[in-house]
Amino acid sequence: MKINQLSVFLENKPGQLSEPCRALAKAGINILTLSLADTQQFGIMRLIIRDWAKAKAVLEEAGSVVKITEVVAIEVEDHPGGLADILEAIEHGGFNIEYMYAFTFGREDKAVLVFRFDDPDPVIKMLQDNGISVINGVDLYEQGQ
Amino acid sequence: MTDFVTDNSIWDVAETMPLDQLRELQLHRLRRTLERVAEVPFYKEAFARSGVTSTKIKTLDDLRRLPFTTKKDLRDHYPLGFLAVGRDKVARFHGSSGTTGKPTFVAYTNEDLNIWSDLCARFLVGGGLRPEHTVHIAFGYGLFTGGFGLHYGVERVGAAVVPAAAGNTRRQIMLIRDLGADVLVCTPSYALNIAETTRSTGIDPKELSLKFAHFGGEPWTEDMRNQIEAGMGLLAFNNYGLSEVIGPGVSGECPVRNGMHIQEDHFIVECVNPETLEPVGEGESGELIFTTLTRQAMPVIRYRTRDIARLYHSPCPCGRTGVRMSRVVGRTDDMLIIRGVNVFPSQIEEALLRVEGTAPHYLIEVGRPGTLDEVTVHVEVRPENLSDKMSRMQELRNQIDREIQSITGLRVKVNLVEPQTLERFVGKAKRVLDHRTEKNDA
Amino acid sequence: MAILWNDIGGKFNPACSSDYLPVDQLRTLQLQRLRAVARRAYDRVKMYRKRMDEKSVTPDDIRSLDDITKLPFTVKIDLRDTYPFGLFACGINEVVRLHASSGTTGKPIVVAYTAEDIDVWTSVMVRTFAACGCGQGDIIQNAYGYGLFTGGLGAHYGAEALGATVIPISGGNTDRQIMVMKDFGVTAISCTPSYFIHLIERAGELGVDIRNLPIKAGIFGAEPWTEAMRKYIESAGNIKAYDIYGLSEIIGPGVASECSDQSGLHIFEDHFYPEIIDPETGDPLPDGTEGELVLTTLSKKAMPMIRYRTRDITSIIQEPCPCGRTIRKIRRIGRRTDDMFVIRGVNVFPSQIEEALLAVEGTLPHYQIVLTREKGLDRIDVQVEVSADVFSDEIRLMEDLRAKLARSIERMLNIRVDVRLVEPHTIERSMGKAKRIIDKRVI
Repeated sequence: MKINQLSVFLENKPGQLSEPCRALAKAGINILTLSLADTQQFGIMRLIIRDWAKAKAVLEEAGSVVKITEVVAIEVEDHPGGLADILEAIEHGGFNIEYMYAFTFGREDKAVLVFRFDDPDPVIKMLQDNGISVINGVDLYEQGQ
Repeated sequence: MTDFVTDNSIWDVAETMPLDQLRELQLHRLRRTLERVAEVPFYKEAFARSGVTSTKIKTLDDLRRLPFTTKKDLRDHYPLGFLAVGRDKVARFHGSSGTTGKPTFVAYTNEDLNIWSDLCARFLVGGGLRPEHTVHIAFGYGLFTGGFGLHYGVERVGAAVVPAAAGNTRRQIMLIRDLGADVLVCTPSYALNIAETTRSTGIDPKELSLKFAHFGGEPWTEDMRNQIEAGMGLLAFNNYGLSEVIGPGVSGECPVRNGMHIQEDHFIVECVNPETLEPVGEGESGELIFTTLTRQAMPVIRYRTRDIARLYHSPCPCGRTGVRMSRVVGRTDDMLIIRGVNVFPSQIEEALLRVEGTAPHYLIEVGRPGTLDEVTVHVEVRPENLSDKMSRMQELRNQIDREIQSITGLRVKVNLVEPQTLERFVGKAKRVLDHRTEKNDA
Repeated sequence: MAILWNDIGGKFNPACSSDYLPVDQLRTLQLQRLRAVARRAYDRVKMYRKRMDEKSVTPDDIRSLDDITKLPFTVKIDLRDTYPFGLFACGINEVVRLHASSGTTGKPIVVAYTAEDIDVWTSVMVRTFAACGCGQGDIIQNAYGYGLFTGGLGAHYGAEALGATVIPISGGNTDRQIMVMKDFGVTAISCTPSYFIHLIERAGELGVDIRNLPIKAGIFGAEPWTEAMRKYIESAGNIKAYDIYGLSEIIGPGVASECSDQSGLHIFEDHFYPEIIDPETGDPLPDGTEGELVLTTLSKKAMPMIRYRTRDITSIIQEPCPCGRTIRKIRRIGRRTDDMFVIRGVNVFPSQIEEALLAVEGTLPHYQIVLTREKGLDRIDVQVEVSADVFSDEIRLMEDLRAKLARSIERMLNIRVDVRLVEPHTIERSMGKAKRIIDKRVI
């Protein structure tokens, strides 16, 4: 139920973002989504990629430091309040969100939320108990195709 | 540990001068001081207004006919308006932080410096210092009088000085250990920090070679003394002073440690009700007022310290005759003392004014989470300056941090908050939340 | 005794008489003192005795000044190895002051002074200020840092004994420095030359033109600087800019100072005996030849230094100085024989930074030290490559790592540094070993 996300360390200067992306493109690897977190000095790029193992090898070959992190992806109805319900459930469970980001794809009525928790397993269980659909990796990639 | 009480703890016989002689000396020196300041514009005018001259001072009680001097008076005559000697007679300037960017400055002649060293030697020796000791001074040097007063006092006694100054606690501990310091000089809260940091490196602070400590520069409590003495295995002494009067050395504890003896041959003290300015009764708390008796470069007459304390005139078993003052228990203004540095909320305000994008709404939160004072300044961001770029917000925070540091000399934590989130009070905003005093009250 | 002194500015200060001793008298005095200090070192300091015994030399073998070459060298590591009291030539009860400065690693080096040493130190600083045209009546703003660093207190005691008014403002708080300089009519300042450039530029931003203030002299030391910097300071500040030299191991500031001629630094050689050696072979070099400066303290009581290798490259100037001083001059110091650099007056060794990085990460990451100077203010950036071992997906943890590295280095050096985390393999490696220091400061 967990998804492997790639994190890449970037210095905060022009051109830093394009290099790893170009490396992936050259290797014919498609990026499902990416999110950026930045500070004054450096940033961390987080990528969701189907063939994460190959992507990791490509990026490392290109000289990047890459880390694999397990994240939780949740499908949500793309309407007002959709996110709030999920956040409420997480809050009730007393779980701390390290960070999150969202993206939509193909279909217009659904969005995917990507969450990072310290310890994802109990959260996944809680979400499933509450009838919230946690998507497994394959589903996500299928939908993304 | 207590043999030093009887053993040569008196540096200068003047400390034990019989009271009648002391009063006579004070009167004589007061008259001389009034002659010295007669040409200082501020006093010339004040004396003319009150019709007092040195010849009209017949008894010490006549002092009360003289006007007060306040910090504002000193500031209004910045930089050199209070000088009572020619500029070329000034050997040194010191300063203290003011309510705005302009600090107040105090001047010393060679003779002033000489007396100052002696006054510091008095309380240091009263608190155990001997020529064979090594003294670790962790007070800031520079314009601040704390470091220098103690430095020259220790030198006068003939002990070895380690001028460690402020900062880098681990390095300070390393030097205390390696050089085998016997005496520690710093603020009491910094001593707690040294003890805690020592413990965190797996060493019992009691194993340090320290035997005595001399603390000043900030208010502290008997509880803190007990905690420090038990934790570090040393005897801690309190001393008091302020740069406008001379710096440290105005008063200090004797081996009995029941109040700080004021060096009355050099200063006249009064304790008044800060509202009515009338003298308070024996043992009642009030604002301390000092008149210098031997200062040459910059004498002050009836200087209002804003410090609240009590005076005790009963004889002390140590033999010193100078009146004793209690710890400082409060202030009559909103000055904060953070890690030994005087800070006024108006200084923080001034810093914020220099940074674009901050609203004039702020809250200064002071705490002592561990042993060290910590200041957090909460600042509201103007709506138009909210940025979703973390880097931009960080830059804003750093800018505020830098400005506050440049004005107050202190590093603080800056916390940016959303517009309209800090509580507004009717009339005057509550600018300071001091958790340290909350604890003291409890 | 005919004294030739042609210093412009200020009347002759009797405290400076030794600057003008006839050369034969000076040499006699030096020899007498050299024999005494060699004796003191041999009798009281184990390390010196052992080294002299190894070379089969005794203090009695010093019959002329040239015999100094028979004595063993002392190097910085000796101070570390004997830390803290191993080189003391007196008991702690005679010591009245201890200072510390950076060693090549985490342990500082400690130097001690007796009351007499402090008097000597004060006297050479009086001579320094006097040579720089200062005297009674001057208002001296001392912006060297006070504390364990010898610069602040050394200059302070000298200025005070000179009879000047001292403003012990210490380092930092530039706006206040400018305010004080203006409001108090400061006539001379002591600080690092780069900090004075910073003062000039910051004053300009505040609408203050230092050229129009009464300040007339700058007593600059604690870091290497150049003639180009002097030209800039003298024209942009309308002052005379003097170079002074010293090091804690010898005494602190006050080892050598320029005079009104500004053509080299007079060594106060009645207290500090200079030699120039070939840094490779250790052989003495004649006056006029460039080499490493070696100093022997002739009068220090608490911690005499015998043939201390400064690592500073210079040469002794033979020609007499037009100012009339008979004590010899050395040329400005431009280079060193090791990789030490000076930042904001603080001596830094890359090995200290390595120790600090190692303490946080457990292994030594690839790093590079970048030195820059903006508006006269030195900046030190330490770039550290992020390795897979320390990389975390969370910004918070990475910020933490950065802060920890910075704190660790700051603790070691006692100055503020900026740590930048950089991507792997971005720091240039030259022949296996990375180039550790990039000094971009325009000196």
